[in-house]
Amino acid sequence: MGLEEKLPSGVLLTTVEGVAGYMRKASFWPATFGLACCAIEMMTTGGPKYDLARFGMEVFRASPRQADLMIVAGRVSQKMAPVLRQIYDQMPEPKWVLAMGVCASSGGMFNNYAVVQGVDHIVPVDMYLPGCPPRPEMLIDAILKLHDQVQHTKLGVNRLDEIEADEATALAAVPTSQMKGLLR
Amino acid sequence: MTADPYAATESATTEGKVYTVTGQDWDSIVAGIAEDHDDKVVVNMGPQHPSTHGVLRLILELEGETVTEARCGIGYLHTGIEKNMEFRTWVQGVTFCTRMDYLSPFFNEMTYSLGVEGLLDISTDIPEKAQVMRVLLMELNRISSHLVCIATGGMEIGALTVMTIGFRERELVLDLFELITGLRMNHAFIRPGGVAQDMPAGALDEIRDFVALMKKRLPEYADLCNANPIFKARLVDVGHLDLAGCLALGLTGPPLRATGYGWDLRKMQPYSGYEDYDFEVCTWDTADSYGRFRIRLNEMWESLKIVEQCVERLAGLEGAPVMVADKKIAWPSQLAIGSDGMGNSLDHIKHIMGESMEGLIHHFKLVTEGFRVPAGQAYVPIESPRGELGAHVVSDGGTRPYRVHFRDPSFTNLQATSVMSEGGMVADVIVAIASIDPVMGGVDR
Amino acid sequence: MTLEPTGPDAATAPGEVIARREGMFGVHGTGDTSGYGGLSTHVELPGASTPPYGGWMDEVATALQAAAAAAGVESAVEKVVVYRGEITFFIRREDIAAVAKLLRDDVLLRFELCSGVSGVHYPDDAGRELHAVYHLLSMTHNRRIRLEVTIPDADPHVDSVCATYPTADWHERETFDFFGIIFDGHPALTRIQMPDDWPGHPQRKDYPLGGIPVEYKGATVPPPDERRSYN
Repeated sequence: MGLEEKLPSGVLLTTVEGVAGYMRKASFWPATFGLACCAIEMMTTGGPKYDLARFGMEVFRASPRQADLMIVAGRVSQKMAPVLRQIYDQMPEPKWVLAMGVCASSGGMFNNYAVVQGVDHIVPVDMYLPGCPPRPEMLIDAILKLHDQVQHTKLGVNRLDEIEADEATALAAVPTSQMKGLLR
Repeated sequence: MTADPYAATESATTEGKVYTVTGQDWDSIVAGIAEDHDDKVVVNMGPQHPSTHGVLRLILELEGETVTEARCGIGYLHTGIEKNMEFRTWVQGVTFCTRMDYLSPFFNEMTYSLGVEGLLDISTDIPEKAQVMRVLLMELNRISSHLVCIATGGMEIGALTVMTIGFRERELVLDLFELITGLRMNHAFIRPGGVAQDMPAGALDEIRDFVALMKKRLPEYADLCNANPIFKARLVDVGHLDLAGCLALGLTGPPLRATGYGWDLRKMQPYSGYEDYDFEVCTWDTADSYGRFRIRLNEMWESLKIVEQCVERLAGLEGAPVMVADKKIAWPSQLAIGSDGMGNSLDHIKHIMGESMEGLIHHFKLVTEGFRVPAGQAYVPIESPRGELGAHVVSDGGTRPYRVHFRDPSFTNLQATSVMSEGGMVADVIVAIASIDPVMGGVDR
Repeated sequence: MTLEPTGPDAATAPGEVIARREGMFGVHGTGDTSGYGGLSTHVELPGASTPPYGGWMDEVATALQAAAAAAGVESAVEKVVVYRGEITFFIRREDIAAVAKLLRDDVLLRFELCSGVSGVHYPDDAGRELHAVYHLLSMTHNRRIRLEVTIPDADPHVDSVCATYPTADWHERETFDFFGIIFDGHPALTRIQMPDDWPGHPQRKDYPLGGIPVEYKGATVPPPDERRSYN
């Protein structure tokens, strides 16, 4: 029943969203945004041992205008924050942000005057990766999880609805300090 | 309309117009400069640029391809580590300072620990095995740091093969670090009083294998670069700085030794028993980027020599203590790997929880409160891969540092950017900076 | 060649009390139920030493005194502290630039390299709140000394040593940035680490650490400077 049965062999059916997501995740181009220790691990991930080229991502784009993923690798200082935002604004849509390491995720051990306490104060973050610094394997794992997220990103009006729904959920969520129980 | 407090300001001085750059004000600066010199171009490079060796901002004034003025903007990675250390115990300070110059973590820990040990007056009580392990780790670290310098330096001039093989070899060193300290980077392993843990079983064999492998691999760098005409064309006579310039600007490390002056603190003011090791101080006499590259390459060979000597000594120090005997300073427990990762060893937990109330109190006091360090100040510099690295440690007699300031060689050496690159080509600025090998984590701290 | 050995720490005068510490856990007022609130201790820095200082230190001190007298700044050295094998010359504030030049150029001194300048803030040491600390290295003689200048917070000015040691350029800018010490005669004393519009000098003791509370499930942990502490 339906269209599938009448198709000749060799033709595959999917949704536009599925194809777009597949293309996007399979040609993910990260912008170089190395800041501190994590940047070295990020470079290692692109190096021969861990070989990010296996996932088509070894080309770190020097220009943000050619990139769709910003890996914020390291501590973001108050002085760097406006620069970071500017780079983010220069990236074309659709774009994703991966906060690599605890400093980028939450400020980490540098809870002081100089460091922005989490890059999510400046740009929306799609994936948080803990570790100080995270191992290359952890970065690859985070990138693969982000691939999964990209694959399932909706398009057009569905995307707008999704954003709406996500925001409503976030607004209704209980703040961490009011949660009960073990932290997990 | 209220005035924008963040707008660029300018003021006229006898030297000409001075612009205060605050960001978001590029147009007004360009417009102002254009009025004065219409044939000059001001290029802002960084702080986010793949060739500036980290978050370094360069403000270059160009006439055609020639750099007439080069200025550095730093502070984009300022982390406030020195201030944070004032709110932690003396031992916890190691955890912070290891993250300053993230390519040479052991050196940061070492100079800080030497300062604290000096104030505690226990410098002569550090066990021999701890000293040898410190030297071993520092020399392995020197190799990994020089590898990254050569790798990123190569990448910045387009020699991508140098970058990939550099990171390939660095992984070997990092595997050793992981085996010995449990971490690939940011180890916090060298502590006031000794090192955190004994050598794990089998580590010495791994290091011997590594040394043997490196002896095969290091010649590859020489084959790829030393006589490579493109490599030489980019590096020879670029970033020239002679001895007088180095001393005036406070440059140490490979840039100083590239002038032919063999100043190396390991030989001149030995610490941690360096006087007992057989190694040469590498120098070159061209005072340029190529000389600095060759020095780094040669220093890796010397480091391998020291590593071999350390392994031999460690083989005879099986089971020797790695922490100072004074129980008022030494970390109370040995660490062990449990089912949930690394933590205090089960034997120690059994001892303090089940057998000894005094042991528990002692552990609690030392771990939460920490030890007190007599009031005073100390500065014990060491030879890091980049030059003289020292920690000015000030104590007020409390359980926390009163003030710690790191004299980082990257910070001081970076001042030479303008001297090295003014009058040269734009492309040579990159080479000159790469030859200084600044690590922005160390520059900005 | 190694550093020449020095004798044991030279005889020292009683230490210099720069502050008092009260209580034990950083808790004051009614919050203190520990009973340790009444504790009071002095913060005492090592006091001035009297010659002989031991080893090469005497040579440096004598040569510096002679050079200073010849240059007309004979009372430049306020006191000398030898502690843990390191020698510190406390230099009168107005003479630091002249002394730096002597230390670099005098044939018996020859401190060619300035390792850096850093600041220390002692808020309770009235009239001498800010200290600028210079580490000098003589490669000719293989010796290290430390210079220290005390500066009142009310008038935080000191002469720059940039003319003698160009390397002090960024170090002095950093010390200005973090402590607010104004180095007169510096070619361009601007902020270096913090953004140009940053208010205050963050590494002074009266500047808070600036952390934010960390939230956990059902708990909030204050930043390190607001927690209970042991000093």
